[in-house]
Amino acid sequence: MDQPHKWVLAEAIHSMYQAPLYHLILEVLLVIWILRLLFSKSYRIQDRVPLTKSEKEALVLDWTPEPLVPPLDKTLSEAVPYRAVNGQPGKNVEVDGRLCLNMASLNFLGLLGNLRIEKQATQSIKKYGVGSCGPRAFYGTVDVHVELEEKLAKFIKSERAIIYSYGFASIASAIPAYAKRGDIIFADEGVCFAIQKGLQASRSKIVYFKHNDMRDLEEKLKHQEQLDKKDSKKASVTRKFMVVEGLYMNSGQICDLPKLVELKYKYKVRLFVEESLSFGVLGEHGRGITEHFNIPIGKVDMISGSLEYALASSGGFCCGRAYVIDHQRLSGQGYVFSASLPPFLATAAMEALDIMHENADMLKELKYKGRKMQQLLNGIPGIELVGYPDSPAFHLRRKDPVSFKEDLQFLQDIVNKCSKNDLCLTIAGRLKDEELNSNWPPSIRVAVTVKISDEELERAANIIRDATV
Amino acid sequence: MNAAAQNGELNRNGANEIYHKGGSTKRKFQESFEPTPLYAAIVTYVNYAVVTLFGFLRDFLRKHGFEKLYAATEDPEMKDFVPLYASFESFYTRNIYNRIQDIFNRPICSVPGATINIVERKFSHSGWTSKYTGKTLKNVVNLGSYNYLGFAENEGTCSEAAIESAKKYGVGVCSSRQEMGNLDIHTKLEQTMADYLGVEACITFGMGYATNSTNIPCLVNKGCLILSDGLNHASLVLGCRLSRATIRVFKHNDMEDLERKLSDGVVYGQPRTQRPWKKILIIVEGVYSMEGSIVNLPGVLALKKKYKAYLYLDEAHSIGALGDHGRGVTEYFGIHASEVDIMMGTFTKSFGAAGGYIAGNRALVEHLRAHSHSACYATSMSPPVCQQILTSLSIISGTEEGRNRIKQLAKSCKIFRQGLKKLGFIVYGNDDSPVVPVLFYSPCKLGAFSREMLKRGFAVVGVGFPATPIVESRVRFCMSAALTDKQIQDALSACSDLSSLLNLNYSKAK
Repeated sequence: MDQPHKWVLAEAIHSMYQAPLYHLILEVLLVIWILRLLFSKSYRIQDRVPLTKSEKEALVLDWTPEPLVPPLDKTLSEAVPYRAVNGQPGKNVEVDGRLCLNMASLNFLGLLGNLRIEKQATQSIKKYGVGSCGPRAFYGTVDVHVELEEKLAKFIKSERAIIYSYGFASIASAIPAYAKRGDIIFADEGVCFAIQKGLQASRSKIVYFKHNDMRDLEEKLKHQEQLDKKDSKKASVTRKFMVVEGLYMNSGQICDLPKLVELKYKYKVRLFVEESLSFGVLGEHGRGITEHFNIPIGKVDMISGSLEYALASSGGFCCGRAYVIDHQRLSGQGYVFSASLPPFLATAAMEALDIMHENADMLKELKYKGRKMQQLLNGIPGIELVGYPDSPAFHLRRKDPVSFKEDLQFLQDIVNKCSKNDLCLTIAGRLKDEELNSNWPPSIRVAVTVKISDEELERAANIIRDATV
Repeated sequence: MNAAAQNGELNRNGANEIYHKGGSTKRKFQESFEPTPLYAAIVTYVNYAVVTLFGFLRDFLRKHGFEKLYAATEDPEMKDFVPLYASFESFYTRNIYNRIQDIFNRPICSVPGATINIVERKFSHSGWTSKYTGKTLKNVVNLGSYNYLGFAENEGTCSEAAIESAKKYGVGVCSSRQEMGNLDIHTKLEQTMADYLGVEACITFGMGYATNSTNIPCLVNKGCLILSDGLNHASLVLGCRLSRATIRVFKHNDMEDLERKLSDGVVYGQPRTQRPWKKILIIVEGVYSMEGSIVNLPGVLALKKKYKAYLYLDEAHSIGALGDHGRGVTEYFGIHASEVDIMMGTFTKSFGAAGGYIAGNRALVEHLRAHSHSACYATSMSPPVCQQILTSLSIISGTEEGRNRIKQLAKSCKIFRQGLKKLGFIVYGNDDSPVVPVLFYSPCKLGAFSREMLKRGFAVVGVGFPATPIVESRVRFCMSAALTDKQIQDALSACSDLSSLLNLNYSKAK
């Protein structure tokens, strides 16, 4: 109805005429102020002050970046020069002009230079050439890859295996395939660098526990369980993983797998074991740490291994149940975006696997020799031996550490003296500034190969003993 | 192509500019990226909608037990654990990828040369189960492997030399470069590669992917700025992330966007503190394998000099394939190799081997020798692989045969591209790139094309989401110097048949 409308409007206009002047002026000013605030640009102090073109050019001219890399003489003075190996490395190796006994290469089963492997590799090159010329998805899958995967899975008694073309890339690609931002990973603080890169790439929350300390791990798991109880909704979508190594590259210790499996089921945390060093070394047939502790392999969610040490080839693998491993065929970055393993290296690995399978007493002999060497080197004054007693790879550290630099020099002197007596050792390579644990003490990593005789072991131990004086 | 098609409307990123080349010819730098035709986009969306609907239906049937579940399941003992995969995460894999998975992962049982023997597989239950039929498809023409110069050979000088080196050095090394893995053949390879590229020094690694992911963190760290091309490879992206530097992405091959970001970087510094960046690193590739485009190297170099940035050039697909002597994208543009700070490449594509390298001045290489993650922790390259590279390098750089291979590759690229364009396909990229991506947009056509080509005796590579944008599925042909002219003509006539059968001639340019 029109009447109330008009009546209100008329009233308003009438009241305007009747209002005092100051009131009207104040109202008009208020309206103008509101309009101004509505239409003016907001001003923040942090906003960039627009610079003129010449000011920008002056800034560009002024800026001096750091050099891309440090100057050459600085790099050369700080770096340890590479040792020149001539010809084929094996039980003996020609280093810097001298023929030495090789206790530096991780050639545990002595398969470097094996004639059977060489013959198979040669035949493979005659059939497939050298490179595979493509990633697995695009005609880079050769039948030998499929065969090697089946063979590995059968040998290790797991359902599925997947091959990578580089040992470093296997665990570094596997971890980020499952663990994403928002997940939690419990990792041993002594894990090797490849695992550290995998952990970094995953963007998950990493909780480190003391090296090989199951009590510390359980404490941290309990703590997480309490946090989960407070926020159960978040906890129901947060995946939890534990990452350990079978035989630690950095200390030669083995992990406590039975306790880890117990913790896995108690706290509902998935278990990944990295077996680069322990595959082909531990266990009655070389199946790794699960065989060593007699634990069915299905209890471990994923095992990641390397074809580069005991099997003396190239590449890496992961094995586990089909439910877990098949995911990596589309999500493992190092698998999808990289060319596949050259076929002859897959053939070499298969032959090495056959040799290992046929000669199971090699494993016993390897453990015996590892134990013997450790016993021979035990008790050298000033030297501390670190490692699982049966392990063929163990570390020698300075007993009373002084400082990183001096300890490293002390160990380097030992290595040099041994070289002069035709024994080849190596300092365990570490990028101190890049590692998680930069205080990890420097060490000499001794690697025993099954091909060394008992007399050679004794001779080597004497050379090392003399070198420490 | 007519003049109107060359300018403006068809060229998205590429412009018709003329560069002086190092050789005698002044060639046009011509790239084309024809925009997606509207009806193709609509058809593709409809395809995805239908497949998605069926996907929901099938997921529902599987969940309630109406349809048999073929996928692997979680261990019954672990049913209380937090699920390993989010249920929607693998929707695409279960319902779309699975249906066309027979076009991927085809196993071969021969050398990946000009023709291959493919092991036949049969897929059933919408792609859930597969088995080997026992048959082998013989002599399928290989248009998918990265065999640019045809060095994937099992006979001839390369393989004989590789066999000799296997006898001399063995197959494995069992040690890292810094420990006991530095063999004389590695030093020889590095010296030869440095001489070939025309730089001071070079360092090699066992895996091309790891070359990027383990070395970029040695060059830049927190407080540095990385300007990375939008279409960079996953290994470069991972290397940048692991370095902890700040990453800013510029539009693919777009010099204006790059300049804007460089200018902002230098002028305004780090985001909150306004402190200047320690270093700025521009990361580009020589040839982008999904787009077939070549980097605008003169443009990038001009900007690099102006803003004092460093340039990292990934020549995975361009080394051996571009340039009169196969020296890569620097030779293609007539630029001296020393102008690029870090030249990286892989040996997988043009040399028929495996592994990667980084080359540059001696200070750079010595720094990487001491600090590279790969040199310290990963085992060094296998000796027969080194020998394969050495032999193929000596053929490429010194002999008539090498020159012929490079010429043959350039000729094949030209013939094939022009042939496809005449047939009406939309072909992306630069006329000189050895990678020829042809756009099909719909993943269904991708599957059909790949299967039909296999029936006619051609092996092609189809790429879809997530390697490409969701509506831009494509088939990527890789040219090879080993392919004969007849094989290329046969491939073109097969494509012509399929173009009419599957309605693939989208191009409006005629």
